[in-house]
Amino acid sequence: MKILVCIKQVPDMESRFKVNAAGTWYDTNDLAWRMNEYDEYAVEQAVQLKEQQGGAPEITVLSVGPERVKEAIKKALAMGGDRGVHVQDEASFEKDPFEIASIIAEYARGESFDLILTGMQSQDRGSAQVGVLVGEMLGIPAVTTIVGFALENGTVTAKRELEGGLKAVVRVRLPALFTCQLGLNTPRYPTLPNIMKAKKKELAALTVGDLLKVEAVAVTEKMALPEKKAGGLVLEGEIGELADKLIGILKEKTAVFKS
Amino acid sequence: MKALLVGEYREGKLLGSTYETLAFAQKLGAEAVLFAVGSDSDLPRFDGKLYLADAGRYGEYNPPVHKALLLEVIAKEKPDLVVLSHSSYGWDLAPRLAAALGAAQVSEVVDVRDGAFIVPACNAKLRRQVRPKSSLTVVTLQTGAFGLPGEPVGTPAVERIEAQAEGNVEFVGYEPAEKGAVDLSRAEVIVSAGRGIGKPENVEIIANLARALGGELGASRPVVDAGWVDHSRQVGTTGQTVSPKLYVACGISGAIQHLAGMKKSGFVVAINKDKDAPIGEVADVLVVADVLQLAPVLTEKIKAL
Repeated sequence: MKILVCIKQVPDMESRFKVNAAGTWYDTNDLAWRMNEYDEYAVEQAVQLKEQQGGAPEITVLSVGPERVKEAIKKALAMGGDRGVHVQDEASFEKDPFEIASIIAEYARGESFDLILTGMQSQDRGSAQVGVLVGEMLGIPAVTTIVGFALENGTVTAKRELEGGLKAVVRVRLPALFTCQLGLNTPRYPTLPNIMKAKKKELAALTVGDLLKVEAVAVTEKMALPEKKAGGLVLEGEIGELADKLIGILKEKTAVFKS
Repeated sequence: MKALLVGEYREGKLLGSTYETLAFAQKLGAEAVLFAVGSDSDLPRFDGKLYLADAGRYGEYNPPVHKALLLEVIAKEKPDLVVLSHSSYGWDLAPRLAAALGAAQVSEVVDVRDGAFIVPACNAKLRRQVRPKSSLTVVTLQTGAFGLPGEPVGTPAVERIEAQAEGNVEFVGYEPAEKGAVDLSRAEVIVSAGRGIGKPENVEIIANLARALGGELGASRPVVDAGWVDHSRQVGTTGQTVSPKLYVACGISGAIQHLAGMKKSGFVVAINKDKDAPIGEVADVLVVADVLQLAPVLTEKIKAL
């Protein structure tokens, strides 16, 4: 069984973001990078499936981006992926979801993957498009937002998370693609022995120019900090004073203390 | 400009998000045509054309078939925009339409400016302006970003729509949300705990503050997923949407999904160490402080009133 996991490297969301000089993306200097949280669930699910099937499935982990994304691929290999594919692209952040999906689909087309897993969205752009686009481009079923996954005899029973705590159970025959949501599993921390083993695993480098055959259909014109809400009050100071001030405001603006 | 609006049904009932797409079309001054896979027992209040496909026949989740139905309507109506809600239905369906049409998709739109769409980025810490290059664009709207000024009125002119298409996903059934003891939608005061409280032992500090204010304890998603608080107390798109008179967000950064669940609250207080936390965008008051230090002091002072 061949499994493809598509991952993206994103900045740590706790970062204080600045807009870059061109005003079209966030400044990538001085940021801590990590694997997109939603893609971690995808990697973990692939590894769990491999373990359930006695180690037989082969897991390929792919990422598009500059040199630093190899760190994310290596983490996925340390979690249990078998081989990595790095599509080298210094300007991946400038590509729209259509281009990214198309690069992945071009790679996957000849490889006959039985299962493709990826996060439901990226933490930085959050378009939630690449997964489904890849499925459509490859002509395989795609199911988004899964929080439950079980494979038996070539059929996956998956649970989709809807709104308000409601879930939907669906069944799909492989080959298929799934996008993973928080709650699907708890991604493992790679152990030191597995981190060492990962260094020996194959990590192929591909050139984005060989895989990109389409043009962007949308362009990011501008990236900016949001306007602060007008009239929002910011209080700073010593704890006791803050508490008194806040109680004063609540008395004035709400009826919470009136019985 | 013509907008084809995709409505949503769940278990035979029309969802309110359908009216958000209508509000968006109105804001753009676009002619609106509606599409939904649903039921004529619960029609949208809308004076215009509704292309209705029977959910009993096509299913409420059947991506390739819903796509085929929509493509038929798009071929007939030739809209400039196809509008869906950024919901578990919308974000699943939209890319399929975009791929079939060679169209750009812009996800989670919160505003429009000179023909470009404004969307959040980096957990709402940034705003991105996107311009489609295709002549037809698919957009999904952030939940709650657009709303009708008043109650919707009207009676649609219904046209039945059919398609011959194969499904490739079998819908087995819904699994209802666990019924919790708490109905936050009725609470007048909610005090919510976020990841900033650090440890499960600290939930009690927030619960004490909630009690002192005569309110209920709420929580953001990470706190519920970590098992610190029961799911029935989760506020956000995958939990409950609440609108209490007072909402106090403790150690909550303000992820989009959380904000969508509480931004209609009467008065919002946020307590957070980070002055730039996105929760500040919806807060009437942002108290920059360590909630673990402030909350106990607040609780004691309130009890002494």
